[in-house]
Amino acid sequence: MSILIDKNTKILVQGLTGKTGTFHTEQALAYHGTKMVGGIHPKKGGSTWEGSNGEKLPIFASVADGKAETGANASVIYVPPAGAADAIIEAIEAEIELIVCITEGIPVADMIRAKAILDKSKSRLIGPNCPGVMTPDECKIGIMPGNIFKKGSVGILSRSGTLTYEAVFQTTNEGLGQSSAVGIGGDPVKGTEFIDILDLYLDDPETESIIMIGEIGGSAEEDASAWLIEQAKKGRKKPMAGFIAGRTAPAGRTMGHAGAVISGGKGGAEDKIKAMEAAGIRVSPSPARLGKTLVEVLKG
Amino acid sequence: MNIHEYQAKALLKGYGAPVAEGVAIFSADEAEAAAKQLPGPLYVVKSQIHAGGRGKGKFKELGPDAKGGVRLAFSIDEAKAHAAEMLGNTLVTKQTGPAGKQVNRLYIEDGADIERELYLSLLVDRTVGQVAFVVSTEGGMDIEAVAEETPEKIVTVAIDPQAGVTADDLAKLNGALKLEGDAAKDGEKLFPILYKAFVEKDMALLEVNPLIVMKNGRLRVLDAKVSFDNNALFRHPEVVELRDLSEEDEKEIEASKHDLAYVALDGNIGCMVNGAGLAMATMDIIKLYGAEPANFLDVGGGASKEKVTAAFKIITADPAVKGILVNIFGGIMKCDVIAEGVVAAVKEVGLKVPLVVRLEGTNVALGKKIINESGLDVIAADDLDDAAQKIVKAVKGS
Repeated sequence: MSILIDKNTKILVQGLTGKTGTFHTEQALAYHGTKMVGGIHPKKGGSTWEGSNGEKLPIFASVADGKAETGANASVIYVPPAGAADAIIEAIEAEIELIVCITEGIPVADMIRAKAILDKSKSRLIGPNCPGVMTPDECKIGIMPGNIFKKGSVGILSRSGTLTYEAVFQTTNEGLGQSSAVGIGGDPVKGTEFIDILDLYLDDPETESIIMIGEIGGSAEEDASAWLIEQAKKGRKKPMAGFIAGRTAPAGRTMGHAGAVISGGKGGAEDKIKAMEAAGIRVSPSPARLGKTLVEVLKG
Repeated sequence: MNIHEYQAKALLKGYGAPVAEGVAIFSADEAEAAAKQLPGPLYVVKSQIHAGGRGKGKFKELGPDAKGGVRLAFSIDEAKAHAAEMLGNTLVTKQTGPAGKQVNRLYIEDGADIERELYLSLLVDRTVGQVAFVVSTEGGMDIEAVAEETPEKIVTVAIDPQAGVTADDLAKLNGALKLEGDAAKDGEKLFPILYKAFVEKDMALLEVNPLIVMKNGRLRVLDAKVSFDNNALFRHPEVVELRDLSEEDEKEIEASKHDLAYVALDGNIGCMVNGAGLAMATMDIIKLYGAEPANFLDVGGGASKEKVTAAFKIITADPAVKGILVNIFGGIMKCDVIAEGVVAAVKEVGLKVPLVVRLEGTNVALGKKIINESGLDVIAADDLDDAAQKIVKAVKGS
């Protein structure tokens, strides 16, 4: 088992015809035959996309058309920032179950508009400004490098893309491997929070332990920690290691991610680490020791 | 992006918010003419810098007993004297750091008779994904202190983006601020105006501290601080024009030209990383091994060779940098592009300090090959831990 996606997931690409969409679609097709079923372009419906190795996918004029033709249940978005929120809304309106938005730099106001529509729908949105979702040997949605993954037992979730890769790489090197990996994204307004993904990992029988990576800004880590304490009381609990990026970041400065800022004394790393430790998560002081810290937790 | 108080007030005035009359000046000679345009007899002379705590701030060049960065004047002559003393000097506040900020602009404003000082701000409440008003009856002071000591005095009202500011929201805001009579009527006009300005201009923060009730029972925006969502500046050229480059770090200005996320810091290890999380984590691990990062730099996803070259040049141009760590875990970013950019930059500007490169992820083999075949004096690292130890050792040994 895994969470969110597996070998049967059928994926449409919004923004396939661009350079980024093309490169990562080629990578996905090459990754254990991830079922990429088509691309969307309002003006190029009916044409065919061709990858650099001769791969071919049909282009549809709308997400609704693409879904009707292919039976797609997921979509990945590489549309540039100015049009990305509209792409999300189009996928929601086509009732796509899982929407993964990779695009970085979407105006917050646009995401507020998209989220209001999302909240009234049945779709799940991962991101934006995220690396996507992976289930090793089965399905790759987004931009994570496939070669660092190994099928295994660790569920990984993170606000940061590249730190997701660190956690994957290190758990592969420790021989543990991953059940799935999810980057929820670094923006302040996003589709899915830690709690949603933790809930799925706690339910997934193949996920035996979890690595959760947070960063400064907001209170998602504190909220997740409080939720984990409640779940543990109900007997839902798995061994966990974690990390918080930005311990050394100065207050009041936005650190790359629009969501990563310590403002008004809130959102600092130390409070988050304290909350996570109170929830039984062993927090590694070093981003290079995520895998080793989890191994220590598992040894007890 | 931040703007000055006087710019924020002009913007809000354009939307119909009640703000005092005022004139911005850039030299002391302009003070008299500016003050004469105002009704008087009370004037406020306010330093225009992108940092809070101006009133309690102190000028470095003046004695400890000199007045702060916001001063009252009871005559035009007094306003002139203040302007002469303040302009060109360095104001140190709680938010500027010990170096302070040079005051190059002043705002001379009509004084107000204050009955009560309130706090109001608009921001994006990420827990609900909506714009929210944050208000308190405890205005005019440090809102962080209020949040710490009396959190029950701060009220948050989130606004449904599809409904806008409703009658119910207005009642809640007026209730929380204890506004009655004319002030309540002013509030009902002001709150939707502020929300409209926030949304239309893609603001990230709009803070009015204080919002005042005057002795005549009317509301007035006495101070205004606005920052904008950088991701939305592309659709607001009129906002970009308000940018004051003298308020920003030179290296950060150069970085922003290349669309690089860069923040200058005080250490001596220059960092070039992809991804904000990994860039922060790289700073953290450098510190863990006993050294200090010179910067935060996220080259972002999908950077071109030219962008990587520009990033590398910004790092090497900082004289404080005694060593450079390139840490890349390629996803959307390809290792070969990074390698090409670094090699091109070194060929152009030379390399006078140790350089540690750690590459992993998309196209890693190709990236390593480009570095190895370049003939550059690069210290290769296997993983993040190895990379951090090697750069700290190289810098401490030199």
